[in-house]
Amino acid sequence: MANKSVIIKIKRQNNPTSNSYWEEFELAWHPGMNVISSLMEIAANPVTRDGKATTPITYDSNCLEEVCGSCAMLINGRARMACSALIDNLEQPVKLEPFSKFPIVRDLATDRSVIFENLKIVKAWVPIDGTYDLGPGPRVSPEEQEQAYPISRCISCTCCMEACPQFNEDTGFVGAATIAQVRLFNTHPTGKELQRERLSALMGDGGIQECGYAQNCVEVCPKDIPLTKAISEVGGAVMKQAIGDLFRR
Amino acid sequence: MAAPRIIVIGGGLAGLAAVIKIAEMGADVDLFSIVPVKRSHSVCAQGGINAAKNLKGEGDSTWIHFDDTVYGGDFLANQPPVKDMCEAAPGIIDLLDRMGVPFNRTPEGLLDFRRFGGTLYNRTAFAGATTGQQLLYALDEQVRRYESEGKVKKYEHWEFLSAVLDGNRVCRGICAMDLRSMEVRTFPADAIIIATGGNGAIFGKSTNSVVCTGSAQSALYQQGCYYANGEFIQVHPTCIPGNDKLRLMSESARGEGGRVWVPKAPGDKRDPKTIPQNERWYFLEEWYPKYGNLVPRDIATRAIFKVVFELNLGIDGKPMVYLDLTHIDRKILDRKLEGILEIYEKFVGDDPRDTPMKIFPGMHYTMGGLWIDFKQATNIPGIFAAGECEYQYHGANRLGANSLVSCIYGGQIAGPNAVKYARGLQALPDGNGVFEAEKKKQEDANSLLMNNQGTENPFRLWQELGELMTKDCTVIRYNKNLQQTDAKLVEMLERFRKVNLSDRTQWANTSVAFTRQLYNMLQLARVIAQGARMRDESRGAHYKPDFPERDDKNFLKTTKAYFAPDADEPKFEFEEVDVSLIPPRPRKYDAAK
Ligand SMILES: Cc1cc2nc3c(=O)[nH]c(=O)nc-3n(C[C@H](O)[C@H](O)[C@H](O)COP(=O)(O)OP(=O)(O)OC[C@H]3O[C@@H](n4cnc5c(N)ncnc54)[C@H](O)[C@@H]3O)c2cc1C
Ligand code: SF4
Ligand code: SF4
Ligand code: FES
Repeated sequence: MANKSVIIKIKRQNNPTSNSYWEEFELAWHPGMNVISSLMEIAANPVTRDGKATTPITYDSNCLEEVCGSCAMLINGRARMACSALIDNLEQPVKLEPFSKFPIVRDLATDRSVIFENLKIVKAWVPIDGTYDLGPGPRVSPEEQEQAYPISRCISCTCCMEACPQFNEDTGFVGAATIAQVRLFNTHPTGKELQRERLSALMGDGGIQECGYAQNCVEVCPKDIPLTKAISEVGGAVMKQAIGDLFRR
Repeated sequence: MAAPRIIVIGGGLAGLAAVIKIAEMGADVDLFSIVPVKRSHSVCAQGGINAAKNLKGEGDSTWIHFDDTVYGGDFLANQPPVKDMCEAAPGIIDLLDRMGVPFNRTPEGLLDFRRFGGTLYNRTAFAGATTGQQLLYALDEQVRRYESEGKVKKYEHWEFLSAVLDGNRVCRGICAMDLRSMEVRTFPADAIIIATGGNGAIFGKSTNSVVCTGSAQSALYQQGCYYANGEFIQVHPTCIPGNDKLRLMSESARGEGGRVWVPKAPGDKRDPKTIPQNERWYFLEEWYPKYGNLVPRDIATRAIFKVVFELNLGIDGKPMVYLDLTHIDRKILDRKLEGILEIYEKFVGDDPRDTPMKIFPGMHYTMGGLWIDFKQATNIPGIFAAGECEYQYHGANRLGANSLVSCIYGGQIAGPNAVKYARGLQALPDGNGVFEAEKKKQEDANSLLMNNQGTENPFRLWQELGELMTKDCTVIRYNKNLQQTDAKLVEMLERFRKVNLSDRTQWANTSVAFTRQLYNMLQLARVIAQGARMRDESRGAHYKPDFPERDDKNFLKTTKAYFAPDADEPKFEFEEVDVSLIPPRPRKYDAAK
């Protein structure tokens, strides 16, 4: 194991409009390395494999335990979280690229704020009356909790959107994560109040009809969120509401 | 009269709780955060949130919660605000419940509660193993609702640099930097609320998130805010050592029967599973036969330190001991501990059901922070603070699951008080001068860094800072070492002047932002080291072998540090603690209290 090294190839770009280029780094191997710890090592010694001085890599991170959703990038071509990507489990050279479907900020950092905008469009919240002391919330059975909790663990990382063949500028598709949140709030006893509005927001262009059920989303989701199940349930509800609206007209 | 404008800095639980209250009162809020608020450190909290709802027929009450908190904090917390917090906690849980937090439930559909350290009651509500994430999301969703109504404006990827103070040293707004364009800008406000979380990065690696540097608190301390009880740093006994961070391994692993041990032979390189029972040393069980592996956090931590550093018995000579679950049935482990075992599997690559985990104590939480009064106001008019960045609720040691409640409660108190203050504020008579001056000051600081031609790499300097502080300023403290630590910090501040940025570009330059934070970390580190030096007693998380007892006569006092700009160093004052409700008594966990 001694003297083993790790080769990392990084696709860099200095700003949103400049051209991209690749740089290669070589680090001494040690146990437990992950992609973020490697990027930290590069920052402390920003020299490329061929000895050229360069700048530290710009990337997003915060929790370093796969719960904040910051550090999403393409690692050997796959959309995943960098903090939980152990170097020992990756084929070398390790290839790091920014997400391809979001505007690049710099290097590996991309602007993924669209997911937060989408959450606004579908009103992903429980419409409470106010924060005054109004007593306990509605009773919820353990079974209902066990349905809701897994979806509520979505970390808004956008891996599912990067991997989705339907998610691009042309379709304007909201993506799997947002649809799953609709499923979450539409089944909450108080969240239900906004059910119709949420489903309406998912009708038409960019809505749930764009989904081709390719299931790429489920495969990359780091939190194993039951995305296809949520999509088909919400899809059914949207359909039902659309037909209902048709007759009501 | 125009609606008051409040700026909230930080979108963790404390910041978001404040924002919601302010928006509800009809004031306008600008919310600043380095990371998108949904990615704040609060998402890391696993265990749960305390409230004496007494849903288990145990006769729990808010008074007992209050007593546990004060006692756990070794009587250093001012008691009236702690009492108010404990009384508000059940209502806070109800509110979170109404917001849709998927708390675990009893068969009847009521909230379930579990037991945590430092209490005899089932008082901790939880949502799986990701309670902090679930609470933060609930508040984040409500803030997004206000945002879509135009009542809240978010500035994400913006970093607070300093407060704008007028000639009377009243806060009039903030100076902040766009972390993408690197633009420095000032923003006027009638009051500001600091909710910037912990300061783990001062210790290099900790259980905290990357942006928990304490930089904002330090900047304000350097502008004249008092910083209180900085020396009280909580170290969690069981963390997973990593190259980049120390990941928490929850107390529940020991609660379910996990045993801590090291090989009896120093430097034993054998696979742990092949080491026979009689060659293993279960030191906690030997030293504390009554509580065994479940001694309180500070005691377990000190024992591990002793084994590793004094007896040199760490695994393979390294600072690590085993936390062993392999004797427990796999099915039981999966049912009760799956979430946390997954973290170990994911980040270490080994299955803790098959092989003992390697763990070591890690810096976890700061009890100290910005000094505030009972209305969450700092000593500078117009600056309020809430959450881990302030010092009010935990005294010398925080109980598990009490932080989340103190963050939300503090935010809910700070918000309305800031609005009230803002409504009574006189307009600034003389225009923009103070804003321009502050902006220029911060821009100059940036260009100084950009143009500096030195030899020091800021990231390496930071690694040194972390090692220094972890070694002498955490678990076991000696005056001689603390003195040396402070001298080294002075030396490092000197070296900081020769810092050299390898990145001099004007776009999304993380080196500039980080180097600024590093300076603030160095300044705050001195407050921690000197505060520890001065407190010649042992209390809560602060332990000096040369002064092993609590000394109420001399040190039942809040440490208040303030910055002396001319001397470029901290000065100290001590303030009486308000112990008007529960008379101090000795803190002993080997007997019922
Ligand atoms: C691993 C772990 C587990 C824990 N588990 C529990 C638990 O089970 N129960 C419990 O009660 N407590 C727990 N804690 C403690 C608790 O999580 C924290 O104390 C709490 O979340 C802090 O919340 P906060 O709102 O004060 O700050 P944070 O959530 O840290 O938020 C800080 C905010 O400030 C922003 N910010 C910081 N600096 C600046 C700046 N200069 N400019 C602009 N924005 C800035 C950040 O972007 C962020 O939005 C745990 C802590 C850790 C580390
Ligand atoms: S199922 Fe396929 S098309 Fe639908 S959201 Fe997932 S990846 Fe996209
Ligand atoms: S659904 Fe999964 S992949 Fe998509 S944003 Fe949420 S956590 Fe990420
Ligand atoms: S840093 Fe938070 S998910 Fe990776």
